[in-house]
Amino acid sequence: MKLKTTVTLSAALLALGVTSAAQAGTLEDVQGRGVLRCVTSTGIAGFAQPDANGVWRGFDVDFCRATAAAVLGDANKIEAVTSTGKTRFTKLNAGEGDVLWRNTTITFTRDVGVKLRFHGVNYYDGQGFMVRKDLGVNSAMELDGASVCIQTGTTTELNLSDYFNTNGMKYEPVTIETNDEGRQNYESGRCDVYTTDASGLASTRSALPDPDAHVVLPEIISKEPLGPATRHGDDQWSDIVTWVLNATITAEELGVTSQNVDAMKDSKNPEVRRLLGTDGSQGEELGLSNDWAYQIIKQVGNYGEIFENNIGVNTPLGIARGLNALWTNGGLLYSPPFR
Amino acid sequence: MKDNSSQASNPLTRLWRNQESRGVIIQIITITLLFAIIALIGRNVVINLAALDKEFSFTFLTWPAAYDIGFSPFLEYTSQSTHLKAAAVGLLNTLLVAITGCIFASILGFTLGILRLSKNWLVNRIAYTFVEFMRNVPVLIHILAIYSLIITLMPPVKKALDLGGGQFFISNRGFYMPSPVFEPGAWMVGVAMIVAILSVFLFRRWAKKVQDNTGKIYPVFWISIGIIFGLTGIVFIAAGMPLSWDVPALKGFNFKGGMAIKPEFLALWLALSYYTACFIAEIVRAGILAVSHGQTEASKALGLRNNRVLQLVVIPQALRIIIPPLSSQYLNLTKNSSLAIAIGYMDITATLGGISLMQTGKEMETMILVMGVYLLISLCISGYMNWFNRRIKLTER
Repeated sequence: MKLKTTVTLSAALLALGVTSAAQAGTLEDVQGRGVLRCVTSTGIAGFAQPDANGVWRGFDVDFCRATAAAVLGDANKIEAVTSTGKTRFTKLNAGEGDVLWRNTTITFTRDVGVKLRFHGVNYYDGQGFMVRKDLGVNSAMELDGASVCIQTGTTTELNLSDYFNTNGMKYEPVTIETNDEGRQNYESGRCDVYTTDASGLASTRSALPDPDAHVVLPEIISKEPLGPATRHGDDQWSDIVTWVLNATITAEELGVTSQNVDAMKDSKNPEVRRLLGTDGSQGEELGLSNDWAYQIIKQVGNYGEIFENNIGVNTPLGIARGLNALWTNGGLLYSPPFR
Repeated sequence: MKDNSSQASNPLTRLWRNQESRGVIIQIITITLLFAIIALIGRNVVINLAALDKEFSFTFLTWPAAYDIGFSPFLEYTSQSTHLKAAAVGLLNTLLVAITGCIFASILGFTLGILRLSKNWLVNRIAYTFVEFMRNVPVLIHILAIYSLIITLMPPVKKALDLGGGQFFISNRGFYMPSPVFEPGAWMVGVAMIVAILSVFLFRRWAKKVQDNTGKIYPVFWISIGIIFGLTGIVFIAAGMPLSWDVPALKGFNFKGGMAIKPEFLALWLALSYYTACFIAEIVRAGILAVSHGQTEASKALGLRNNRVLQLVVIPQALRIIIPPLSSQYLNLTKNSSLAIAIGYMDITATLGGISLMQTGKEMETMILVMGVYLLISLCISGYMNWFNRRIKLTER
């Protein structure tokens, strides 16, 4: 009798092992579950942070919601899988999240070594430095000997080392795990300088009790193209994430907003009609419903709206579009055509 | 009845009914299942790694680490060093906090344990309250609390507190003090110290022999101290004091020169030490209480003075009870040191198991290495404590 149970148990274990080895079919998994799980940060004001009601809001979260709108038809069916800079790829690769929308820099090592798929850039960023105004520092070249707070497991950690080495300067790295801990250490004076992507600096500065007492130095020491990532081995899912991002950019380019999207369905412009699913079957080719892009714009908005709602000049972060303007406006945003 | 049992015709059934053979059968089945499960896990790992296009290899250890480490007191480390060296820096930092932590925890633990036994009501209650409060709050909370206290309560570096003559400073970036600089001729002092320590060993052996033979007791402790400090001191002066001090001074953003104890190390070391000390205190108290009072009375009846009673009768017997649970406290402290990651102290979990893992994407490999390292450290501590335990255990003649 006992033996029988053991045998049954081990057979069950065996079956379990075999099924968990399966990887492909993220789309089916998400649709079956009815919820999209996005790997997000543990909280960066304006990019990903829970509001007073515990609902996740922000620039990166909105792209997660856009993905949910496309895949599930409902932007609210998301679950935030919070992760530190260090755990994010492990969480994605272990299948805890379906897609990563978490201010993550695209690099060679991450693409090739960590085995991620990147799908384009949703924010062009660069690493900067923030110091107290009363230190009287005007340039990053004056930071020799300073204590610098950095988030561990980030590209900033590596750029910082390169920058100080190249310029023959020394520094004391104070490594911390999350943006919040970094802010505490910086506030208490454990470090002179806080360094991260310029967007993160704007976010951190806005959360300080007296933002005007701090200044972001003019030097931008790196290229930080931030974008979404997925696991290797699921091309269909990769395509979906790529084109969700492209849809938001193309919508801005074509002037489609969450306000006018219903009217635009009958637009005379064939690309608008293809995008919104009035003509053609692009959604079905992706394995989604034909109105996938319509749902994104209707429920979340185009790229410009996502930007302005969360981090634009009228928000506490007050970030100008800069490099993140459309290519037609002197920025770098450029989506391949919907054809 | 007898007939009935041997009638079980099937040989398998007969094997099963025999207690001895049944044991063997069950063991074979268990081992087979165990290996099957291990093989299954292995197979799963291989399949999953293949699905992610990852390969299993340790070559990443020879790649440049490319990140800096803020605290590397023993090794020269730059961001051009390899991941292996970063791991070594982390390992040394782990060992540093583990060893200094065990030492401080033992001192504090023995003191607290003896205070707990004090007949003075106030002392007894204070020790009791301290022990009960500290050991019933998770150690991670202690670490975070101490760290926050240090970085928020201590003055910022520009207003560092001068503790005396511009030599010692306290700030929320650490505790700064002068560091010794050895000048030519310092080797003679080193040699003198080694000679002094060796002669103390010889003297102690000789003193013990004299005591065994004649019963004459020398003040061994004070003579030892005298030899070590006297000899070293004389040579130091004779060699023209070949030692100067590098005094820390505030230059630019930070103190330059001297030595610094960083707040990350201080917080981790303090929290681990006093947390573990509370457990050690209870172990010590139990050990001393377990030596029957009759032993003390008997030795006093023999005319031994109080400290000789403790030294010769109570402590040797108490140690036998204290050592085994003490070893597990040392193991706990060492393993708890991995909580360093919460405050950014660069131990092996933070370097190899943290940043290296992250920058190379080699989760499996780094985690296997980190686990192996902790296992090795723990086995060494266990081995040493077992040796020590055998040495002090009751010798039966």
